Amino acid sequence: MPMLELRVNGRDYRVLVEPTTTLLEVLREKLLIISPKVGCNTGDCGTCSVLLEDKLVRSCITVALVAQGKEVTTVEGLAAPGELHPLQKAFHEHYGSQCGFCTPGMLLAAKALLDENPNPTEDEVKEAIAGNLCRCTGYVKIIESIRAAAAEMATAKA
Amino acid sequence: MALKVVGTRQKRYDGLAHVTGETRFVDDVFVPGTLAVKVLRSPIVKGRVKNLDTTAAERLAGVAGVITPADVPVNGYGLIPDQPVLAESIRYKGEPIAAVAAVDEDTALEALDLIHVDIDAQEAVFDPLEAMKPDAPRVRPEGNILMFGERNFRQVVLGDIEAGFKEADHVIEGEYFHPALEHAQLEPQTSLAVPEANGKLTIYTVSQALYFHLGMLAGILHMKPDDLRCVCKWAGRTRSSWRGSIGLSDIKYVGGTVGGGFGGKNDIHADHVTAILALKTGRPVKWRWTREEELLYSTYRGAWIIKIKDGVRNDGRMVARQVESIRDAGAYTSMNSYVVDKHCFLVNGPYHVPNIYIKGYCVYTNKPPSSSMRGFGVTPATFATEVQMDKIAEAVGLSPWEVRFINAVRNGDQTATRRKLDSVYLIETMQTLAKRAGVVLPEKLQAMTSAERGA
Repeated sequence: MPMLELRVNGRDYRVLVEPTTTLLEVLREKLLIISPKVGCNTGDCGTCSVLLEDKLVRSCITVALVAQGKEVTTVEGLAAPGELHPLQKAFHEHYGSQCGFCTPGMLLAAKALLDENPNPTEDEVKEAIAGNLCRCTGYVKIIESIRAAAAEMATAKA
Repeated sequence: MALKVVGTRQKRYDGLAHVTGETRFVDDVFVPGTLAVKVLRSPIVKGRVKNLDTTAAERLAGVAGVITPADVPVNGYGLIPDQPVLAESIRYKGEPIAAVAAVDEDTALEALDLIHVDIDAQEAVFDPLEAMKPDAPRVRPEGNILMFGERNFRQVVLGDIEAGFKEADHVIEGEYFHPALEHAQLEPQTSLAVPEANGKLTIYTVSQALYFHLGMLAGILHMKPDDLRCVCKWAGRTRSSWRGSIGLSDIKYVGGTVGGGFGGKNDIHADHVTAILALKTGRPVKWRWTREEELLYSTYRGAWIIKIKDGVRNDGRMVARQVESIRDAGAYTSMNSYVVDKHCFLVNGPYHVPNIYIKGYCVYTNKPPSSSMRGFGVTPATFATEVQMDKIAEAVGLSPWEVRFINAVRNGDQTATRRKLDSVYLIETMQTLAKRAGVVLPEKLQAMTSAERGA
């Protein structure tokens, strides 16, 4: 079994994996990092989304060995313990989360967007979260939350 | 009295856990030694299991237990307990026949391939209108239409429907079809059953109706309300701490964290299989449905055919409403009897009609059982009745607003089920809506209120 060395949320890990093991299985079952969810396991719903070197990937269809020597970020690593990333704060305050199942993936899709485009239009937000399904909110509150976080981050920078 | 909460913005009590990823859904609970479950589903739409041989599957390395219909204490559940946990009579494609618990999903899948099953195929029926014909293939031995007491339809009657139509200047008819719809909640059906060292069974459930599930599971495990104990035939054989029987108080149901339900988690989908496998193997057992299973075999909103005939006077007042609705229940009752009840009680809409005659049929077909979804049969009713209101407006030459205002229920009005209404604000709600939509209503409608008629 190959040895996978990767960094998740600032910590280094070494795990034995099968060549077919997915990144989602490593995160959930080996490292017990539970925020990426198994929604469809076919790359369609986005609940398993994580950042691989700042790029949004669906960990359920990403072979774990692709992450060899790389850095992975999940929601657990968005902010220091006890603190909230502006996106987390905005999702909480603007009701961007209902049942919570899509929320971790949605937050990371939003993070990937704001890292590249700190001041997105509504259409750009829609485009960025197009691969992440939510069945509760109708997306309106999610889009509001992401734009509110962008505004707060811009104010903090100024 | 000062209101502390109403009118203020309250944060979700579970919101922080959601945004930090700390919320634990059922699949996020890990118990050491947990077995994975896969279920053998029928490849045949309708038939009878002639021969089921699980010997080879049980012998496969890594398999801890296989259950068949013979292992289910009471093999029926639902509002009318007609749905088997594991079936011998197959009534839809994908119906569970046997279940395997193994060290991992791959082994469980391999075991499914080793189960030998022969099914005598029989003729199936898919269209509810076909299924209602007397010579249609039988979905079930007792007939394809659910009996509501002595009738094969739910009936709601108010006033005199014939007299109502005689009073009418216009008769407006409409036939509406609402297709089947899957909830597609993001969290798939998942269940984790853990036999505890003290002899209790803990079940982590996705249920959105914990006590429905507890009651149904008690029935399946043969717990009687008077003694609340059921005999577990494997007790003491696989695990020394089992006391030979389990009671309702020995089941600890853990729920409340639901990754979307929308009515799709009112029926038991997985807890019965994990509970029986956990009791049989003495090991923790987890079953997570695949998205494919979820879309093909979980409950869904069943299709509706809704026929409406309205009697209306020249002034726009409705004097008669006759409705005949047909619900495609799929193969089993699930919550469909209640779905049809609620549809019939409310298909009249929020309108005051003195003469009402409603018939609602619950029809079985060889499709996966449909069940509750957001409104239990009222949402498709609203679709049909609101389109119908626009047709009425066109027929009598009034605006769609005016037809709704004149017929709107008011305080003191009686519903189709003879409930006298109070606290009604429909007219005021429509006035507010019009204002927000930028619609200027005629003086007459602006002056109306929900005060009692004639008052």
